[in-house]
Amino acid sequence: MRGEDKLPVLPFPPQPATRDTQPKQAAPTGPAADPQTKDPRPQQTADLLTHAIAALQHAMAPPAVDLSVTDLPAPDAVPEEAFTPVGEPRWRMGSAKIPSNTHSPSGSASTDAGSDAPAPNPKDPLARRITALHFPRFSMNRWQWHMDRMGHAPPPEVPVALAVEGPHGPVIHATNRAADQMGIQIGARVVDMRALVPDLRVEFADTGGDRAALHRLMLWVRRWCPWSATDGPAGLVMDTTGSDHLWGGEAAMLREIEGKLSTLGLETDLACAPTHGAAWALSRFGGVREVCTPDELCAKTAPLPVRALRLHGDAALLLKRLGLKTIGALADVPRLSLARRFQKAELTHNPLLRLDQLMGRLAEPLQSPDDPPEFSVQSSLAEPVMDPEPHLPDMAQELCAGLHAAGLGARRVTLTVYRTDGEVDRIGVATSQASRDAAHILRLFEGKLERLNPGFGFDLITLEASVVEHVEVIQTRIEGGSDEGTELARLIDRLSAKFGADSIRRPAPRDSHIPERREGWQVAMAQGTDTLPTHAQPRPLRLLQPPEDIRVLYAVPEGPPAQFMWRRQTHKVVRFEGPERIAPEWWADRPGTRLRDYYRIEDQHGQRYWLFREGVVGDGRGGAPRWCMQGLFA
Amino acid sequence: MRSALPPPKSATDLLMERADTAGRKGEADSQPTLREIFATKATDAAALGFMLAQIDISRGPVLWISDRVSRKEAGVICMAGLPHGIDILRVDVSKPVDVLWAMEQGLGCPTLGAVVAEVWGDPPALDFTASKRLALRAEAHAVPAWLIRRAAHPNLSAARARWHVSSMASLPNPDDLHALGQPLWHANLFRSRWGTPGDWVARSENGRLRLDHRVEGQQTHLSDQAAHHA
Repeated sequence: MRGEDKLPVLPFPPQPATRDTQPKQAAPTGPAADPQTKDPRPQQTADLLTHAIAALQHAMAPPAVDLSVTDLPAPDAVPEEAFTPVGEPRWRMGSAKIPSNTHSPSGSASTDAGSDAPAPNPKDPLARRITALHFPRFSMNRWQWHMDRMGHAPPPEVPVALAVEGPHGPVIHATNRAADQMGIQIGARVVDMRALVPDLRVEFADTGGDRAALHRLMLWVRRWCPWSATDGPAGLVMDTTGSDHLWGGEAAMLREIEGKLSTLGLETDLACAPTHGAAWALSRFGGVREVCTPDELCAKTAPLPVRALRLHGDAALLLKRLGLKTIGALADVPRLSLARRFQKAELTHNPLLRLDQLMGRLAEPLQSPDDPPEFSVQSSLAEPVMDPEPHLPDMAQELCAGLHAAGLGARRVTLTVYRTDGEVDRIGVATSQASRDAAHILRLFEGKLERLNPGFGFDLITLEASVVEHVEVIQTRIEGGSDEGTELARLIDRLSAKFGADSIRRPAPRDSHIPERREGWQVAMAQGTDTLPTHAQPRPLRLLQPPEDIRVLYAVPEGPPAQFMWRRQTHKVVRFEGPERIAPEWWADRPGTRLRDYYRIEDQHGQRYWLFREGVVGDGRGGAPRWCMQGLFA
Repeated sequence: MRSALPPPKSATDLLMERADTAGRKGEADSQPTLREIFATKATDAAALGFMLAQIDISRGPVLWISDRVSRKEAGVICMAGLPHGIDILRVDVSKPVDVLWAMEQGLGCPTLGAVVAEVWGDPPALDFTASKRLALRAEAHAVPAWLIRRAAHPNLSAARARWHVSSMASLPNPDDLHALGQPLWHANLFRSRWGTPGDWVARSENGRLRLDHRVEGQQTHLSDQAAHHA
C-alpha cells in the first residue's frame, strides 16, 4: 500500500450528483462529519467512509435502478395494472425480469414509462447483442483432445506445458491446470520453469494448427447465430442479436454453447453484452456466463480492471501507474483530460477510444467473414435404386460446372449414398491436382462402387467436393500437345485410388550421410519439389532394407573378408574398393552406435556388392565387428 | 484451355510402322515397346544397369512398379545410385496382378518416360494375353515398357525383345589393379520380334548402351558364360 501511495494518484472521483441516497445513508454516521475541518483523524475516517459508501453503491447500483422505477408506484399501482396490456419487453435475457412483468401486468405508471421510453431503435448502438467466447486453454485443450484420441493422454495431475520457440530458447505457451497450480507461468522460459517443476512435461505447441482450428470453430459456431468472427488468438465473437430466443433466451443459449463446446473438450468463458468491448471484458474478467443488459452496462463493467479494455500492455501499465485500476475509475475521469492525455495514441493504446467502444459511443461493427463456398450436388430419387452408378455422370457434370464457374477444382470428392433403411455410406476419392473434369472424377470411383451394400436400395445420393483449390489455367504450348503434369497427375490419382496414397511415392532425399537414412520418399499426392544432391562416391542401385548379416569364412586383417557366406551362397572376393568410412550421426544416433566401413566388392561370378563392417576392433562399443550386406551394384 | 493429346495409334498404324522397320536387324531400332529382362540371379543388379543404360531420362518421369517379394528379396531402388536427373515415381504394390494393372495404367500416360515393372517368379496372371496387352498398349502410346523378371522362367510371352542379363567381371581399373573397373554385363537376346538373337558384352558408355562381341582384357570368354547359363 505504501509503495502505491508514492505514485501520482488522481483525486478520488467525486460522487455523481444523481445518487440521492448517499446523504441519507451518510447521515447516521454524521457525528464525525461536522468537525471534519478541525480534526484530521475524523477526516480520515470520513474519507474511508466515502470510499466504503462508494463501494457499497457500486454493489447496490443495479437494484438501485430498479428501485427508482418500481419501488415508488408499487403500493398503489397494483389495482390499475390489470387494465393495460403488457408492453413488449425490450430485452430478452431469460432472467427474472420477464416473469415479473408477466406476473404483474404493468400499471399506469409503468405503461406511461413504457410509452415514454422510445421503441428499440435499430440504429441504437446498444441495441445489438454481442456474445464473446474466450478459450482460456485453447492450445492445451486441443493437445489433450488429440492425446485422448491417440490413446495416451496424461492423467490430469501431471503438469504439462506447451512451448513455442522464443528468442532465447523455448518459452511456455500454454499450461494445464496442474501446471498452473504449480506456478508455471505463460511466457516464462522453459528452462526456468523446469527448475521450478522438474517433472514438467513439455511439448511443442501447434500454433498454426490452433489458428486453423479456431477458424474452423468460428464457422462451426454459426449454428447459433449467422455472424461470427475470430477475436484474438483464443477468442470468438458472435452477433447474437435476435437469435437467442431460438435457444430459449440468452442465459439458456450461453449454457447451450458452453455445453456443446465442452463436448469438444474446450473450456470456455462467455458473456453476452450490448457491445463487443463489454462482452470481451465480461467474458474474460466477469462472472460465469454473464448476461449484461444496456442498463447494467456501466455497473457491470465498472469494477473490471482496465486490462479488460483490450488495451496493449504498455497502456494498461500506464493507467495502473496513474492509479486508474478499474474501468469505473477511468470512466469517472473527466473526458477532456483523458482526450488530452491520449490525443495521439492509436486504438490499442487509447483507453478513451476503448472505453467509448465498450460503452457503445463508438461504433464497432462485427466483421463476419463469408462462409466458404460449398460444392455439393444431390439427387433424391423417386424410387430406391440398387446401383448409384447411372446417376453419377450427370451429378459429376453438374458439380464440375459449379466448380468451373467458381474457378476452382476439387482435390477431394465424396460420394454419399443414403439407404432407405437409414444407413449412410460414403466413398471418398482424392486427386493430386485440383480437377474439374467429370470424366476423370468418375473414373476414380471405378471399382469402389461395388463395395456399397445396397440393402433395399438408395433413395438419396450426394456428390460433394469436400476440398477445393484454385485451378491455374495455363496454356503451355501454342501448337497443342499435352499439358505437362495433367496426365501424370491423373495417373497418380488413379493409382492412389486403387492402392492407397501411401503406395505412390516420389523421392525426397534427406540430408544425411547414412545411406538408408538418406533415402526419403514422400507421397506423390503431396506436391513438392526437391533437388537431389549428387554423390561423389559410387552408390548401389538397390538397397537391402534392413542390411543383412553375412558370415565371414576367411577374414583378413585389412580390407573385406576374402570369403563370406550370404543367403547360403559362398562368395569369394576377387576385387574390392574401399574402405569408405561413414561415421554415425551423433546428433541423431544413439550413443553406442558404431561407425561403418563400406567396401565395394566383386565376387567370383562378377557380381558387385556393397558390404560394410560395423565398428572396428577395440573401439569399446561392443564385441567383434559385424559384417553386413547392404547394396547391389549393377 | 487444355490442348488435346495426340490420339493413340490404331492397329493399322502400328502394322504400317512395323512394315517400315521390318528390314532392320538387331536391337538398334529402339522404338517404344515391351521388353523383358530376365535376371539370371535374383541378387544381380546387372539387369537394372542394362535397362537404365537404355532409358532416356530426358523424356519424362519413370514409373517404377515393384511387387512385395521383389522388394524383399532384391532390395528397393536407391536414388543415390540412379543416374542423376532421373525422376522416379515409385509404386509399391503387393501382388503381381497389381503390378500389371499399374503398368497398364502407366502405359496409357504418354508423358511418362518409361514404365519399369519388377515381377518375382512366374505369376499365372502374367501370361501371353497379358503381355500382348501391355505390348500393344506400349506401342500405341509410345511409352517404353520394361519387365524385370527375377527367379522366373522364360515362358510364353508377347514381349518384343527378351533378354537374359548377368554380371561379368568388370574391366580392369587403370588406377588400381585390385579395384573394380567399368561394369560389364553379359546380355543374351534369346527372342526378338524384329531383330536377330545373339550374345553381347554390354556396358554403359556416356549414359548409352554399347554392345560388343568381344572385349579386350576380358578373361572370361562369352561361350563360357553361355555354358554357365545353360
